[in-house]
Amino acid sequence: MAEPLLRIKSLCKSFGAVRACHDLSLDVHAGEIHALIGPNGAGKTTLLNQIAGDLSSDSGRIFLTGQEITHLPLYRRAPLGLARSYQITSVFANLSVEENMLLAIQAHHGHSFRFWGRGLKDPQLLAELGPALEAVGLSERAETIAGNLSHGEKKQLEVGMALACKPQLLLLDEPMAGMGPGGSIELSKLIRKLKKEMTILLVEHDMEAIFSLADRITVLVYGEVVATGSVDEIRSNPAVRQAYLGEEN
Amino acid sequence: MHMLSQFNRKTICIISSALLLALLPMLATLAGEPYLVSLFSRILIYALAAASLDLILGYGGLVSLGHAAFFGIGAYTVGILAHHDFEETALISWPLFIPGSDSGLVAWPVAILVSALLAAIIGALSLRTRGMHFIMITLAFAQMLFFFFVSLEGYGGDDGLTLFSRNTLPGLDLGDDVQFYYVCLALLGAFLFLAGRLVESRFGMVIRGCRESEKRMQSLGFPTFRYKLLCFVIAGGAAGLAGALIANQVEYVSPGLMHWTRSAIILVMVLLGGSGTLYGPVLGAAAFLLLEEVLSIYTEHWMVYFGPVMILVVLFARHGLFGILVGKENRHG
Amino acid sequence: MLLFIEQILNGLQLGVTLFLMSAGLTLVFGIMQVINLAHGSFYMIGAYVAATVTALSGSFLLGLAVALPATAVIGMLVEAIVLRRLYKKEHVDQVLATFGLIMFFNELTRIIWGRQPLFMDVPSWLSGSVELIPGIPYPSYRIAVIGVGLLVALFLYLMFTRTRIGMQIRAGASNREMAGALGINIRLLYTLVFGLGTLLAGLAGVMAGPILAVEAGMGESILILTFVVIVIGGIGSVRGAFIGALLVGMVDTLGRAFLPALFRMFLSSAHADGVAASVASMSIYILMAIILIWRPQGLLPAHS
Repeated sequence: MAEPLLRIKSLCKSFGAVRACHDLSLDVHAGEIHALIGPNGAGKTTLLNQIAGDLSSDSGRIFLTGQEITHLPLYRRAPLGLARSYQITSVFANLSVEENMLLAIQAHHGHSFRFWGRGLKDPQLLAELGPALEAVGLSERAETIAGNLSHGEKKQLEVGMALACKPQLLLLDEPMAGMGPGGSIELSKLIRKLKKEMTILLVEHDMEAIFSLADRITVLVYGEVVATGSVDEIRSNPAVRQAYLGEEN
Repeated sequence: MHMLSQFNRKTICIISSALLLALLPMLATLAGEPYLVSLFSRILIYALAAASLDLILGYGGLVSLGHAAFFGIGAYTVGILAHHDFEETALISWPLFIPGSDSGLVAWPVAILVSALLAAIIGALSLRTRGMHFIMITLAFAQMLFFFFVSLEGYGGDDGLTLFSRNTLPGLDLGDDVQFYYVCLALLGAFLFLAGRLVESRFGMVIRGCRESEKRMQSLGFPTFRYKLLCFVIAGGAAGLAGALIANQVEYVSPGLMHWTRSAIILVMVLLGGSGTLYGPVLGAAAFLLLEEVLSIYTEHWMVYFGPVMILVVLFARHGLFGILVGKENRHG
Repeated sequence: MLLFIEQILNGLQLGVTLFLMSAGLTLVFGIMQVINLAHGSFYMIGAYVAATVTALSGSFLLGLAVALPATAVIGMLVEAIVLRRLYKKEHVDQVLATFGLIMFFNELTRIIWGRQPLFMDVPSWLSGSVELIPGIPYPSYRIAVIGVGLLVALFLYLMFTRTRIGMQIRAGASNREMAGALGINIRLLYTLVFGLGTLLAGLAGVMAGPILAVEAGMGESILILTFVVIVIGGIGSVRGAFIGALLVGMVDTLGRAFLPALFRMFLSSAHADGVAASVASMSIYILMAIILIWRPQGLLPAHS
């Protein structure tokens, strides 16, 4: 079997007395959409934060394409092919939509110690800007200040920025949250399309979306993996039904 | 249409104030108030210092309360070089002999370099922190330099150094107030132009992104510390140039130039004019120094009125004078 | 050796004064997340009020008794009128507005008391000196200052560990949302904490009165030292402020006293004094830089 794209080995993280993740191991294979589900407080977002580097881990190791990234600073992970969206949208609120996108594009165009040419007139960056905005349906809103976008549009922009980084592994933290039904369908379509280009680790509460999108699912409860498997395996797993799905039915 | 009218308002503001500044010496002569030329030289110099602070404060979101340190170091560099030149002693006698200099072509670039170097050291330490820590630490390091120069008896200590004359520049006589005024104006104009390009460039975009959310910038893959540090260094160098000019203007340097209240006043200028605009701080410097000039005619206790005015500005006029003049929507870009 | 002990006591005296200044301010920073440059103004107000009342009544204790509530009340008024509106603003706005307060208070004292500094006498019953350690006479007043400072430290320690209000304040310093969720009246708590902070600053000002000249702007020189203490100790931590204050007091005092002698061992005496003076004046900032490299959040940060 090929080396998994992302390998997590015995990861631990505590906040004081609260265990956010404990002896957690997980493999995400190249090309799959891997969903992470679990009740509130299961440690899903914490795990994404640890993978992305927003949080340090107490112990355990994280590998991306075989390279250890456990202690790599946040900014060194993006160049290795890691991009993420946040649960609480964090676009640059006082910059315009195109400036937001430009920063994401600029990020993988070498260093930004360029002091003269205007960023918004740089042909190299502009060549990518149009398609990147197009991809998330924000071409019309290019000059809008990002803080003035609707909630759904901010989410779109955030996903778009993650895509502009051309990641190998995309971490999506509840992308559907707060989206209307129409928006969720659009986003599902987009995620399905992305699958051809990248691997996706998805945290989501919308079960319908997860069962239709995911190739494999991992269930987290209190920071521990309860089960990992295909959609059908997870649906029929008694432990999962009891621990998690049971609550909903 | 609306955008256009605001664009025009901003352009009209900038062009008319540039025109006013360009014609000022002539107007001052016509009005029979030649001292206005030196008052406005002072305004231009402080405008340069304030605009340089705006680069890190308004665009980078870094609230430095120690900017006067670089201003003061720039001034002292000119003062010390001139002192050794006048005394015909060595600035450094070992390992090689380096004399002083009274040439602006030497002293001013050295002033920029020395303050930029200092900004690199102070920045490297203080940029490890953020928020309140950053404010207090920049303040503390500036005070450290203040006390250093107070205790530096060799260069006048508390009393400071008096310059024998202004620096020399080929083809110009800086001793002439009008010529000196135009040199200040040209340097301020050049800085505003370059800084305007800078904030629109790729580098500037990174700095503006850091202001919004540094963590987000890092997760996009930007090593933000380096960018912020370089921005801090550029701002420090520009403040050093302003310091070199103020040393020439008053022909005197003292530790008071880098006292923390001076940093606070430069900060007040930036916010009074409108931060994140580059032109705002120029307005802010003019407003502050003119107000000081006018108010102190009427009362020696002008600060008792100015203090509450500043509080009101914070509470009710957050976008500063420039925001009021051009409309807050179009302050940037 | 005698000189050394005397200097230690001097360092201790500066340290406890700095502790009085920083204990309240670090709480204001930690709990309200507001940067207050005007803290030194309350130090100055305390000194002025005490000097005036003492001069009029001839009683230092009466001066103290009037100055403390006066600074606390002025502090709480300033909190209610100005500071309260700044809590949700950016730090830069807080800097600007509290700098405005400094300008206002400094100039106001110049209007009321004039530009000449006031001088406060040490009360007669504390004017002598005592030999704490045989052979080392030390001014009683300075010993009293040290004693008061240590008593206040003890009082704060008991308040924060044993009383309900103290625990509420500590909860506020380490987690604001949590404190709100526990049903603590945040608004009142803020005003009280601010009042406590200004009262302590006022106390520091009163005690400094007979040692230093009472003049407009006297608050600013100690303000910067207070900042250094808070940076070293960690924002929001009273314990950190105590350790930081003693460190800064000692390093500053001992540096000024002994660096010249130290440098004379290596350099010619003319050179040595100059270099030593420069290094001594920078010593606490160098201390701060070292601690900053080692622990950017200070020695005992309240937010872990």
